[in-house]
Formats: sequence, C-alpha cells, structure tokens
Amino acid sequence: MVTTAKNTTAKNNDTPLIEMRAMHVSFGPQQVLRNITLKIPSGQTLAIIGESGCGKTVLLKTIIALVSPTKGQALFDGQNLAELNEQQLTQQRIRFGFLFQGGALFDSMTVLQNVAFPLRQHRRMSAQETRDAVLERLAEVGLPDDVLTKKPAELSGGMRKRVALARALVIDPEVMLYDEPTTGLDPIMSDVINQLILRTQRRHPVTSIVVTHDMRTTAEVADRVMMLYPIGEVAPDENQIIFDGTPQQLKNSSDPRVEQFVLGRAGDRLGAAVERTAHKSRQSEERSE
Amino acid sequence: MASSPDNPAFARPLWRPLALLSDWIADLGAMAISWVTAVGALSLFTYQTGTWLFSHLPRRDTLMPSFYQIGVLSLPVVALTGTFIGMVLAVQSYAQFRGLGLETRLGAVINMTLVRELGPVLAATMLAGRVGSAMAAELGTMRVTEQIDALASMGANPIQYLVVPRVLGCVLLIPMLTVMADFMGVVGGYFYSSMILGIDSHHYWENSARYVENFDLLSGIFKSIFFGAAIALIGCHRGFTCDSGAEGVGRAATTAFVYSFVVILILDLLLNIGLNAMYDTFWPEGVKLV
Repeated sequence: MVTTAKNTTAKNNDTPLIEMRAMHVSFGPQQVLRNITLKIPSGQTLAIIGESGCGKTVLLKTIIALVSPTKGQALFDGQNLAELNEQQLTQQRIRFGFLFQGGALFDSMTVLQNVAFPLRQHRRMSAQETRDAVLERLAEVGLPDDVLTKKPAELSGGMRKRVALARALVIDPEVMLYDEPTTGLDPIMSDVINQLILRTQRRHPVTSIVVTHDMRTTAEVADRVMMLYPIGEVAPDENQIIFDGTPQQLKNSSDPRVEQFVLGRAGDRLGAAVERTAHKSRQSEERSE
Repeated sequence: MASSPDNPAFARPLWRPLALLSDWIADLGAMAISWVTAVGALSLFTYQTGTWLFSHLPRRDTLMPSFYQIGVLSLPVVALTGTFIGMVLAVQSYAQFRGLGLETRLGAVINMTLVRELGPVLAATMLAGRVGSAMAAELGTMRVTEQIDALASMGANPIQYLVVPRVLGCVLLIPMLTVMADFMGVVGGYFYSSMILGIDSHHYWENSARYVENFDLLSGIFKSIFFGAAIALIGCHRGFTCDSGAEGVGRAATTAFVYSFVVILILDLLLNIGLNAMYDTFWPEGVKLV
C-alpha cells in the first residue's frame, strides 16, 4: 500500500542529500555501527527497520550530528557536519525536524512554549504571530486550542507525539527524522501518526527518514526500506545493512533474517541467546586459564 | 578476572600472589584512568561553559527562572542555617572563653568565624544540597528523556541554554546568600550571647569591631564565588553525563552533592592559604585576635 505523494518529489535528483561514507560508531569499547555506507536522495522517504539495539536510532542521530562517527563521514548536503563550527552546525540543524521516540517535550514548558521554541530561537516574530503559527501546526496534527496551556505530563501518549510532531514541523524543515513514531501507541493512534506523516509529505516537500519496528508504518509511508542487523549477529566481513529496497521487495525477500523480522517470528532467538551466554562463559574460562 | 575463585590458577600457589598483584595494579590503573578522564571531561565542560558565557549572554527568560530557583528559594534555608550556626558558636565558645575570663571577646570569635569561614562554607553546602543536586537530577532527567538532544536538534546549544544560566545564577547569587548567612549568624550569635548568656552588648560589639576587618568579610564573599561556580559546574556536568534510568539520575544527584562538597572543602583550603599569604604581604602588622 505505497501511497500517493511519495515517489512524486525529487526522485529524479540523484545527488544524495544525506550520505554516509564507511561510517563506524562506537561508544567506548562497544561498537554499534560498522562500515555503514548509504545515500539518501532529496525527497525520498526511507524506512530503517531492524530489531531493538541494532543501532537504528544511533544512525538517525549521526545524520543530525547528535552522535559523531568514530570513523568515516556523515554528510548532509555535501557537508561533513562533524567539521562545522557551532554557528554553521546550527544553520544546518534548523533544516531538520526530529520526532523523538518519547516526544522529548520539555516538561517544564507548556504545549505553546514547546511548539513555539524553535520559532523563538530562530525567527523574529511577535507573540501573536508565534501563537498563530503554533495554533496552525497544532490544527494540522489534529489538536484543539485548549491544549496550549497544558504541560506534557497532562497529555496522553498520542497527544504528546502529535505535539512533538507539531514542534518538529513548525519551522518547515527540509528533512524529517522520525524515531519510532508509533511505538507505545494503540493501533488507532498509530494509524493517526502514519496518516500525519503522509500528510506532511503531501503538504511540505520533505525528505523523511523513519526508524521503526512497525511493518504497517513501513508499508504505508516508505518508498525505500533498509534493514539494519545487530553488529554481533553479522559476520565480521558482512554488511550490517542486510536489505535495501522497496517495501514490495522487502515482502518478497528470501533472506531468512529479513523474513523472520517481517513476519515477527522468534525463531531460534531464545536458543541462540542461551548458546551465546554459554559460549561467552567458555571463552572467559579459557582466557583465565 | 584472573583471580576469581573459579579460576584454576588459584590451585597453583606460586601464581596466586602474582595474579592478585597484577589484578591490583590493573584496578589501580583503571581507577587512575577514570579519575583523569573525569577531571578532563569536567575541564572541557568548564571551558565550553566559559566560552558561551563570555560570547553569548543568555536571554532574560532563561536567566530569571534560574535566578529565582537558586537565589530566592534558597534564602530561607540559608538564613535558618546561619542563625543556628551563630547560636551554636556562642554555646560552644562560651565555656572556653569564660574559663579564661575573655567572654566579652565572644563577639569577635563568633563573627570572625562566621564571616571568614562558616558563613561562606555553610551557604555553599546548603546550595550544593538544595541546588546542585536538583540541577543534576533535572538535567539528568532531560538527558535520559532526550530533551537535551531535542534542544540540540532545534539549533539551541544545550550548554548555552541550560548550563550558562545556572552557572551565572550560582556565581552571582551565592555572594548574596553568603552575606545573608553571615548576617543571620551574627544576629543569632548576638541574640544567644546577649539574651541567654548575659554578655554585655557594648563590649560584645566593641570587640567584634576591633578584631573583625573588612578583609575578613570580603575574603569570605570572594571564596563563595568559587564555591558557587564549582556547585553549578559539577551539578550540570553530572546531569549531562547521567547514566540511563532512574538509578542513573539518582546517582547523578548524589554524586553532584558529594563531589561539590569535597571540592568546596579543597577550594576553601587552597583559597585560605592564598588569602592569608596575600594578607600577610599587604598588611604585615594586621590585627590579631590574641
């Protein structure tokens, strides 16, 4: 069910807006991403799927330089964000909108203050203009005016996600990054969020990257799907991106790992976990000797 | 670990001390590396905060809530602490001074101790407990819930937006809190000495004026500025480097207080050595208590 507005924007533009070149990311001794190379052209909606802990969110955060690559490069619009100074980085970051997994709304602020935050930081607008812009964005995500004065703690999970989406969209970003937009929501609210992502693509010409576990979201919003596999599960010389194609190709993939994820089967995971623990313990004993 | 009880190497008596020694050296090295890393990270954090502090002053709407939290809400607890410490000093010193027939000099002792030492250190300790831990917990929660990442993603520098107002609040307001602690301590000490112990007011104040100098008051206030900076920087740094989960936030708040308190004591010692040397250089014939 790949729908309408996507595929229509800048698909014929082959120059990648976002590019990763042989990128590695480690946190101390723990390596999360290894030798990631990918190109995302302007206007594309890419879904990054994969099991928990495989590094999807880390990959998303390297795009906006919230996480720096240990090796290799993360380029946006031809620029290596890690090499920019603070002012230049800010100029690039305001071209992005980021919907965080838990919303990441500032809990000391009201909804109005949250959604108005990027406007107050980067636009010179009167209080009335700011309020009008916030109300317009809230209406776009289907929230009434009376939420303006509420604090995030007073909102439901779905409402928080929608406020966070309104905040991410308020300065008309060129790139939208969604980190598990439907996680923790009921099926109806998940569909609401999927529809909002599609509506955003129709209203604003954006490049979107959606990190998700949700196969329905993948099928509905993406025109390209990439599957990332945990670094501990792939062979040392194997690419961590085990699938890169369209949602249709994903369904027809013959790779048993892709098939297992798409169909949501536990497979040998429980047995494999027990075996891994036993193997580590044997290795530890051998080292001690 | 090589020296774990399950290790077959334990079975060979010759290797056991060597294994233990090697573990001990490895642990010591790891501890040294972790301390150097922590000090380096805090130094970098301080440098970044200083850079933002002197290049972009925060907006009024981010500054005022910090000032209110740090200054206004700390006043009652600092004033109360000062009052009781003044009275406790009177209680503790009276017996000693009466034995020497010097009870009229109680005012000098209480007020000198308060303005030089206890006022600044206690105001800083209360601030570390009330504000430093709260900063670590608040910023730690923001780190765990990705609010700090959200700030950065929206083009707002988290150090400029979150740390600079708190550091400014502590540095600018701790001298005032110190003056408040000093004042309330002086009032408390006088109240107890005069009303309860029956010391003559005239001699009490006369001796105070004779022995307590402006330098004593100013040196206490000067020290407090360093204490305030340490509290804010340590509290914010612990919050920024907080581990995930409720346990991580709790640990950040606790360590913020413990580290701040230790640093306050170390700074107090070093600053006192420096200030005394300066006093002796400029006023070699300065007034001495006895």
